[in-house]
Amino acid sequence: MAYDYAPFPYVAPAGLTAPEPRHPVVIVGAGPIGLAMAVDLALQGIKSVVLDDNNVVSVGSRAICWSKRSLEIFDRLGVGERMLDKGVTWKVGRQFHGADEIYHFDLLPEPGHKYPAFINLQQYYVEQYLAERAQEFPDLIDLRFLNKVTDHVDRGDHVSLTVETPDGPYTLEADWYIACDGAGSATRQRMNLAFDGQTFEEHFLIVDVEMETSPFGDHDTPERWFWFAPPFHAGQSALLHKQPDNIYRIDLQLGPETDPRTEATEEKVIPRIKAIVGDAPFRLDWMSVYKFRCAKLDRFVHNRVLFVGDSAHVVSPFGARGGNGGIQDLDNLGWKLAAVLRGDAPATLIETYSEERSHGSAENILNSSRATNFMTPKSPIEALFRDEVLNLAGHHPFARKLINSGRLSLPCSLQGMQLQTEGSAPIAPGEVMMDAPLAGPDGTTWLVSQIQGRFTLLGFGDTALPAIDGLARIGVNSHGDYPCFGATDGHAIRRYGSDHIYLLRPDGHICAVFTSADPAPITAAFHKAIGETP
Amino acid sequence: MILQDKLGADADGFYNALMDLHDGLSEGQSHALNARLVLILSSEIGDLPTLKALMATAAQGRAK
Repeated sequence: MAYDYAPFPYVAPAGLTAPEPRHPVVIVGAGPIGLAMAVDLALQGIKSVVLDDNNVVSVGSRAICWSKRSLEIFDRLGVGERMLDKGVTWKVGRQFHGADEIYHFDLLPEPGHKYPAFINLQQYYVEQYLAERAQEFPDLIDLRFLNKVTDHVDRGDHVSLTVETPDGPYTLEADWYIACDGAGSATRQRMNLAFDGQTFEEHFLIVDVEMETSPFGDHDTPERWFWFAPPFHAGQSALLHKQPDNIYRIDLQLGPETDPRTEATEEKVIPRIKAIVGDAPFRLDWMSVYKFRCAKLDRFVHNRVLFVGDSAHVVSPFGARGGNGGIQDLDNLGWKLAAVLRGDAPATLIETYSEERSHGSAENILNSSRATNFMTPKSPIEALFRDEVLNLAGHHPFARKLINSGRLSLPCSLQGMQLQTEGSAPIAPGEVMMDAPLAGPDGTTWLVSQIQGRFTLLGFGDTALPAIDGLARIGVNSHGDYPCFGATDGHAIRRYGSDHIYLLRPDGHICAVFTSADPAPITAAFHKAIGETP
Repeated sequence: MILQDKLGADADGFYNALMDLHDGLSEGQSHALNARLVLILSSEIGDLPTLKALMATAAQGRAK
């Protein structure tokens, strides 16, 4: 059944009749990134006003692949389990060349994780769940739909905004302006910021079809199928994914010489779909023809204006690094902004958001550019190499590794950056935490559920963790006057060892490791991690 | 002979460098470059029985 796009109510904002007091945070854009940003701040007691020029969730499925790390972040925000329940869990990917399967891969063969490698869930569900979650914080999150920001001016210690509503314009002031206004960010355009990168000439067609019969045939487990030169779409590439509600995503490469207006029509699209699914009945749910580019802002922090998600960086869709990259952005920024607003950290901590996520987005752009180059050879010699890689891949593992239909989103390492303290351990400083099942007094739980959202010391075995102001403590296979859990099936010990104490940031990145419980180096590493210079 | 992966973690980096090497060349120039590269890599491998086995493996991979 087609998704019911129920509009969010418009309420005339107070600013229309009288000046509003200055707000700590204004978030522009109520897509998945803006809504998640508001929830993250609310969980830390920070108020925000969310402004959106629209009043419905995403039209069309758009971002559908949510990575394990994103789900772990959504778990912290309180919507992870709901997404997992509704979403389609997949972990097997099959690569075809022509009609033949070249090989398949299993993304997460290892047990002992709360969340799978990926789920598919339409962006409209993610936005709906986040909007409903945001509505659980009526005192902290002020959602304003049909509120279009038409201008903003950075006044040094705050930003002033002009907002257009159905009842006319009004003005607002905020200490911080977070631009979550997407790939075509009006904020970025008003500020005339360079958004440089590579534009790809290929057109792609995305179609969502609803059908009862699975186009995956006898494979009853949801998978990701990718074809180079499929028999039903000669000389191009094709991708097939399953979404909830019997909706299937079909992605077809159309080549550079394509008129998007004639391609995105039922007359053109229906025969293409029939070539794939045969005579099985289907309903067209949504379609779009697009070209894409890989580009980013040089800096994500411009004094009081902060760019998060697609407004800061865009990537090609192969690898699911757009939405997932944006979720990691807000996870990185949320705790820093809250700490600064509470007065617990210097304002310079915000600059490290730009350093860390600019690095993460450069990594995403590198990976998605390489995948796009592999899929769309730009010269006869590139096509020759690509075809011979596919030819060799049937027999040789080395060639399989060269096939690139998207390197799926993994969290980046922040190793060597200024908030981390160097050290070595099974999971090194800069890396993101690994999940593991735990046995506690209230039954089974998970490391991702226990650790995230605050600075935490994690210790194993007989190590007694010192009490340090500002740090939570978690013990595994330990006994102490702080929460202690058993390592179910030994997973936590296998992943973390038992010889180190880990200091984790609220976003789950490890920022320091220690081999003794001496409080002095731990305190020093904590201060470094919140941007205090020693 | 089945060739295991020896390109390691940055296989994509290798492939990208190879494509960059050909960027802007004519087809004739690309052929010549490939020939030089095969000769150089062969010299680096050195061992003739290994080279003959690799040649046979490449020949088997001819289009079906």
